[in-house]
Amino acid sequence: MESKVNILIVDDEEIVRESLASWLGEDGYEVAAAENGARALERLPERDWNLAMVDLKMPGMDGIQLMDEIRKTRPETIVIIMTAYATVDTAVQAMKKGAYDYIVKPFNPEDLSMTIRKIIEHQKLVKENLYLRKELKKQYRLHDMVSKNHKMIEIFDLVKTVAKSNSIVLVQGESGTGKELLSRAIHMESPRKDEPFVSVSCAALTENLLESELFGYEKGAFTGADQARSGKMELAKDGTLFLDEIGDISLKLQMDLLRVIEQREFRRVGGTQLIPITSRIIAATNRDLKKAIEEGKFREDLYYRLNVISIHIPPLRERKEDIPLLVEHFLDRFNIEMGKNVDGVAESAMRLLMEHDWPGNARELRNVIERAMVVTKGRMILDADLSLPRPSGVPGAPDSRGKSLAEMEKEHIRQVLQENRWNIIRSAHILGIDRVTLYNKIRKYELKKEPVLNT
Amino acid sequence: MLRKLQVHLRDTFSVPARIMKTMSVPEGSYERSRNQYNSTRILREILKETPPDAIKILGIVDRDLCIPILTFVFGEAQLGGVASIVALARLRQEFYGLSPDDGILFERLCKETLHELGHNFGLIHCNDRECIMYLSNTVRDVDRKGTTYCGSCDSVLYLKTDPWRVQPWNRR
Ligand SMILES: Nc1ncnc2c1ncn2[C@@H]1O[C@H](COP(=O)(O)OP(=O)(O)OP(=O)(O)O)[C@@H](O)[C@H]1O
Ligand SMILES: [Mg+2]
Ligand SMILES: [Zn+2]
Ligand SMILES: [Zn+2]
Repeated sequence: MESKVNILIVDDEEIVRESLASWLGEDGYEVAAAENGARALERLPERDWNLAMVDLKMPGMDGIQLMDEIRKTRPETIVIIMTAYATVDTAVQAMKKGAYDYIVKPFNPEDLSMTIRKIIEHQKLVKENLYLRKELKKQYRLHDMVSKNHKMIEIFDLVKTVAKSNSIVLVQGESGTGKELLSRAIHMESPRKDEPFVSVSCAALTENLLESELFGYEKGAFTGADQARSGKMELAKDGTLFLDEIGDISLKLQMDLLRVIEQREFRRVGGTQLIPITSRIIAATNRDLKKAIEEGKFREDLYYRLNVISIHIPPLRERKEDIPLLVEHFLDRFNIEMGKNVDGVAESAMRLLMEHDWPGNARELRNVIERAMVVTKGRMILDADLSLPRPSGVPGAPDSRGKSLAEMEKEHIRQVLQENRWNIIRSAHILGIDRVTLYNKIRKYELKKEPVLNT
Repeated sequence: MLRKLQVHLRDTFSVPARIMKTMSVPEGSYERSRNQYNSTRILREILKETPPDAIKILGIVDRDLCIPILTFVFGEAQLGGVASIVALARLRQEFYGLSPDDGILFERLCKETLHELGHNFGLIHCNDRECIMYLSNTVRDVDRKGTTYCGSCDSVLYLKTDPWRVQPWNRR
């Protein structure tokens, strides 16, 4: 049997509550009403509300404030703002803050029935989808990492085995492929997960600084060392020591490190006491170490010491099937972080993402999505939201050169409207923006419905 | 037309139907800015007029009804309750600039009356496009649907009206 659909009406006017409740009740919905925001919040825990229809102007907490509260505690509840006074500004504000729709009283009964049905339908789909997605994600997930590429999944499997051992791991891959993320995953999968994960960026420091950073120093070891300090190796204790950018350390330090790793003990700079290493070491680099060895920049013996277990993360351009998955992963994450409500990426924008070469790999993709989510106005990320260089030779409108973005937008909107005979809902959907935004743009660009000539 | 409706209702539900004396449209129900009448307010007044022996009370008003959030309603009913109301204004052909047609008006009135009374007997909207309990938001919808309840709505109704039904052998 289908589960009941619960609707909460919030309005300070009794007659509004009563009449709307009666109308919705006749349609078979389970309806309850609250006379103000505070009462509404009290009623939130009572049921799984599918929909809240909230009056904009109420004494005390207004509709937008209430919506914010609802979205915090009940993000799955869809909010429709109702108002008697139509101001585009508040409408835009409400929709931006995540209102599903903004309706101006009085509303056409046919439209209201449709709107509510669409919401319920949409919610059902989202629920099913979420469930399916979660099921899928299980296989493709390793802590904060996602992938559906077979090589990556092999790596994920390897990580789970490797994590149980104490062997040194060398993680290689281009910049931004997730070397650090993977190293953290190894740590989290290991019995050491409750101990510290200590990261040392070897590229960032001069030889001397790196030495004292790694091994610590005794008081008076060098000028300025007026107090003894433990290094990262000590701080890692029984946890994991992550040596990032290992390919960048000097030959002298390479030798020190080799000895320390072989003997599994070290001395602080200027110290005499030997301190045992109890941590697990993971090293990472985006350099081609084999080439560095040939060039005499990296010690071969250290390489073999480090390369006990070797993991090579393929670049993103070699696993493009991961792009949609990563996009979704970042959307989820930034939706939460930014308190946004972006549903997805328009088909054409996704095509651009798939075509890009991603020299900066997953990190570059993450940054592109993050920026797009900051600039996007609607629930969809569009081509224009992506700050990507347009690949050359992409077939586009032949006359698009030299036109401003605004001109292109105007032209595009005009075309979509015409193709859909000025059906606003459908056009807005295709454009990936909400109705209010579309109305705003129509006004801004002074677009007018042209009579269609029959030929 | 009221007499014809009375007969139609009696035959449909097999319960006696009575025409009451005319009631004036409650003053407080007029919405000046919209030139319409608030159906919920009228419904409240109708409820007060319920005779002690009545199981349901239906008001028919020759005005255009609305509720605050909707531009209009054809009628309103207390779900599973006692009172309901149907408005004639938008059931008339004249409303749409056509010439008056009593036949069409009566058919629409019958459909909307049975629909609202269905709500009074606890029925909610039905997904069957032919069923009288199908939600109709336009006269086109009203005209398209059938004049009777679908099988499942009818059986619910049969159970709900059972206590009051006049048995055929008692009927005069
Ligand atoms: N498989 C993945 N799933 C999810 N996010 C990923 C994945 N790979 C990389 N990322 C994202 O990319 C970012 C960069 O990853 P990370 O810092 O691990 O890269 P790196 O290989 O260490 O790069 P660099 O060589 O520049 O230090 C991460 O913070 C994460 O947001
Ligand atoms: Mg890194
Ligand atoms: Zn109805
Ligand atoms: Zn039915």
